[in-house]
Amino acid sequence: MANVKIGIVVFPGSNCDHDAHYVAGTILNQDARLIWHKESSIGDADVVVLPGGFSYGDYLRCGAIARFSPVMKDVVRFANNGGLVIGICNGFQVLTEAGLLPGVLLRNKSLQFICKYLHLRVENAQTRFTSQCAAGEVLEIPIAHGEGNYFTDPDTLNRIEDRQQVVFRYCDRSGQLTEEANPNGSLNSIAGIMNEQGNVLGMMPHPERASDPVLKHTDGGKIFKSIIQNFVYQQA
Amino acid sequence: MFHSKVFVTLKKSILDPQGKAVEQGIHSLGFEAVANVRIGKYIEMDIDTEIKADAERMTKEISEKLLANLVMESFSCSTEPVIE
Repeated sequence: MANVKIGIVVFPGSNCDHDAHYVAGTILNQDARLIWHKESSIGDADVVVLPGGFSYGDYLRCGAIARFSPVMKDVVRFANNGGLVIGICNGFQVLTEAGLLPGVLLRNKSLQFICKYLHLRVENAQTRFTSQCAAGEVLEIPIAHGEGNYFTDPDTLNRIEDRQQVVFRYCDRSGQLTEEANPNGSLNSIAGIMNEQGNVLGMMPHPERASDPVLKHTDGGKIFKSIIQNFVYQQA
Repeated sequence: MFHSKVFVTLKKSILDPQGKAVEQGIHSLGFEAVANVRIGKYIEMDIDTEIKADAERMTKEISEKLLANLVMESFSCSTEPVIE
């Protein structure tokens, strides 16, 4: 596979930045680099990752302050020009706060921070983030969040459902959507959505924590591999 | 100089599990009559301007763009002169 330049934004309080860097650079042999949030530009990155963590201590609201970081202006410009952006966990929260994705992530229904492996159903496999998956495939990827309860108004919810912007839903082992399988109370069991143009994905589960074969879980790698392969294909 | 106070509250349609948990605590404390506990945020700030309308406009813009996320929250604010 050719080298794709994957830029991982580092906010104060990011803590999954190095995991993403390790997966992109060491496991998948791509050109991974960390981008400090005070940079005014993402440079020549082909793909931008907004990693998990607790940017700015989650003060005010998760992601609310991070979106004003200097580098975010360039991330928004990049996304609006069709650049590939993936926000994981806190990165998803930042994307909603920045207006790049609709909706918001509320406090988990249980009020508890939940850190565990769970199952996700691939709702849309015809995206630049999931083309290495089959439609309806069940992935095992962990979550680790206190605010992952996806919410939006009914009109927006209908619109993202109609346009197949829901990419992942929480499900049980067999792919069924049940109340027990929905860890945080998300509307329609939503675990990940993309924008209408299909170049910005936000997801609460952590694919970078399920990409190293040493960990015996590699389903998350399919998402990174999809991104890389589609980028290379697009360039060819 | 003006002083602004902003109250940010979850919209009525949004479930507030934190408020529910506090409500249970209030009941445990013995106040069974209490219901519909909702938790919000209170933010105050000083604004260095001589014109009240400017201070009010700034407070509103800051509230809309940063202090509240209008997808899930609403806000109310007030601005009063600081008496030195």
